[in-house]
Amino acid sequence: MTKNIMIVGVGGQGTLLASRVLGNTVINEGYDVKVSEVHGMSQRGGSVVTYVKYGDKVYSPIVDRGEADIILAFELLEAYRALPYLKKGGKMIVNNQQIDPMPVITGAAKYPENIAEKLSDTVDTTVVDALAAAKEAGNIKAVNVVLIGVMAKMTDIPYEKWVETIKTTVPEKFLGVNLKAFEIGYNL
Amino acid sequence: MKKLLIGNAAVARGAYEAGANVVASYPGTPSTEITEEIVKFDEIYAEWSPNEKVAAEVAIGASIAGARAMSCMKHVGLNVMADPVFTVSYTGVNGGLVFCVADDPGMHSSQNEQDSRHYAKASKIMMLEPSDSSECKDFTKLAFGLSEKFDTPVFLRLSTRVSHSQSLVELGEREDVKVKDYEKNPAKYVMMPGNAIKRHVEVEKRIEALTDFAESTELNAVEKNGAKIGVITAGIAYAYAKEALGDKADFLKLGMVYPMPKQKIIDFAKDYDKVYVIEELDPVIEDHCKALGLNVMGKEVFTLLGEYTPTMIRKAVLGESEKEVAEIDEAIPVRPPVMCAGCPHRGTFYVLKKLGLVVSGDIGCYTLGATPPLQSVDTTICMGASVSAAHGMAKAQGAEFNKKLVSVIGDSTFMHSGITGLIDIVYNKGNNTVIILDNSITGMTGHQENPTTGRTIRGEATKQVDLVALCKACGIDHITVCDPFDIKAFEKVVKTEVERDEPSIIIAQRPCALLKTVKYSGVCKITDKCKNCKMCMKLGCPAITLKDDKVVIDSTQCNGCGLCINVCPFGAIEKEEN
Repeated sequence: MTKNIMIVGVGGQGTLLASRVLGNTVINEGYDVKVSEVHGMSQRGGSVVTYVKYGDKVYSPIVDRGEADIILAFELLEAYRALPYLKKGGKMIVNNQQIDPMPVITGAAKYPENIAEKLSDTVDTTVVDALAAAKEAGNIKAVNVVLIGVMAKMTDIPYEKWVETIKTTVPEKFLGVNLKAFEIGYNL
Repeated sequence: MKKLLIGNAAVARGAYEAGANVVASYPGTPSTEITEEIVKFDEIYAEWSPNEKVAAEVAIGASIAGARAMSCMKHVGLNVMADPVFTVSYTGVNGGLVFCVADDPGMHSSQNEQDSRHYAKASKIMMLEPSDSSECKDFTKLAFGLSEKFDTPVFLRLSTRVSHSQSLVELGEREDVKVKDYEKNPAKYVMMPGNAIKRHVEVEKRIEALTDFAESTELNAVEKNGAKIGVITAGIAYAYAKEALGDKADFLKLGMVYPMPKQKIIDFAKDYDKVYVIEELDPVIEDHCKALGLNVMGKEVFTLLGEYTPTMIRKAVLGESEKEVAEIDEAIPVRPPVMCAGCPHRGTFYVLKKLGLVVSGDIGCYTLGATPPLQSVDTTICMGASVSAAHGMAKAQGAEFNKKLVSVIGDSTFMHSGITGLIDIVYNKGNNTVIILDNSITGMTGHQENPTTGRTIRGEATKQVDLVALCKACGIDHITVCDPFDIKAFEKVVKTEVERDEPSIIIAQRPCALLKTVKYSGVCKITDKCKNCKMCMKLGCPAITLKDDKVVIDSTQCNGCGLCINVCPFGAIEKEEN
């Protein structure tokens, strides 16, 4: 049975690293894996979506609507947008951060209110303040690793295995902060 | 050892293992990482060439000289390099020669959605198409061998989802392939009519031999599941079809998409009541099947547009409806890409918008100058067109119109194909103003060096093209270098230059905010001097937004570039160091 994880956020938030840590952790568990990344124009502050799929054999690298077991959302509006991709009974993890998209900034559109509550009323939702946790870890850029920590706890892959991949995926200079961020996220 | 690699890294690994010696490319999403990964192998000479045509010619030269060579580009880059490609089909190769082209169905980062398979048929060059990273490596290796065996260049066709998806790849050793001896052979390599006429005969013979090969090669694999539905597919569409249909269909997966087999397809198709051809973009395989007299289903049930999904295939082939999904009935604002906080182009477009100029645009991050609120760019066609198309606009509309017209083009794009347009302006007595947006790097594709940066692909120091001297040598007498963040000075320069009755160049110089060498510090804060005039919001900075109709700066998005401080008429924005 294939497990489908979708990571959504805003270009520049570090979703790519999150999908790489996740992908490398699950291969070490002996699964077949496909990770679909986004490069290029959409990375420039646009909506970014990456997929991680693992199981005995994975063909398609993309996750369709209604198929994600877990959605890891780095931003509220992006969580809202991704909602139709969640499987019945799937889990939504959402970072309680609002980043206004340009149509909201220019006044052409309105940022929906109370997204976290609306999601929680509809599906199994965990809301976290990853920004505060990242600050606590020592660098606000570690939001991505905090969120991986939150998600890691929902999988049956042991804590140490995640730490192992973070050690090989993250540049050494930032390893201390990231390990701390992971620990905080895991224990949130 | 197995490793998780994106398709592009797997292509690079394949080239390495095949003993490739020379790789020359121009960056373009989704192909860029192939050449960036090649750099990790010291055994391979790699370069960013000024454009795809040059890159292809470097690879062609290396092949003629006996090396295994490759050139990688995005689909529209293949248009730029098409000229040598059609002729190197005639000459054939000495060392194996591979052109790796990455299409972008869904246009994640492109200006069109062309299907590069047409080029294989048009230029009579064989084309392989992998469906995952493992095949990316294997097919690349095979491509070098087939190139030498059949004396032909070989296309490797990728698409965004293949290029940018990671899957498992078994790593192998590098083959010890010696660079062959160079032998003068004008009958093969001097393509003037007398020789080319004879080489064309060889090309047609080669296509026959390759068609025979297509019948027998394992690249074109039949997969029987005892099903009643037959599917003919290739590339990423195979992955989608396989996930959608599993063993409810039998598959003929074409790993070689040009030339395609005939008998193999006829033999496969005859066993089924219904045969579907599943391919993204154009009906290339479908048309081939129909020409063989087969009654296949293709674009009657599948779209010509964008990317496919397994759900789409289940619906079309099995009649399954889409899954019920959780949805909330509320309008969700779109989040289009924007220029980053601190982007040097923001200053430029702020001024161009303020002056109400017609802006002939080009390909790069600065294409985003077309989006709200700046909405400054009028046209974007292809690499270099900002300069030449503006010349055409001025010739069509006359001198007064030209005083309201500028071209904007990035440093790398100017090197790629802007320079020829500039020469045209000078030569044909145009008097356009061209703004070169010099941000010291190739930005959109993720920071590649180019001839104006003074560094090679390996980061080694090299001669730097001097833009001022270059433009001067082309015959431009009025060249101004200006910082687009110095809004007042920049505005003055633009006003002066568009009024001029001679051609001019403005070099808007400020490095990309994402470069490691750029160190903005602190964050900007709105103070109580703010009169809420919203002037700063005209910049379209992703960090400046409204909260309860009051302007605020989101400290998580601000990088402290300070451009907003320069536009605030009340001095109400201050920098707070962190």
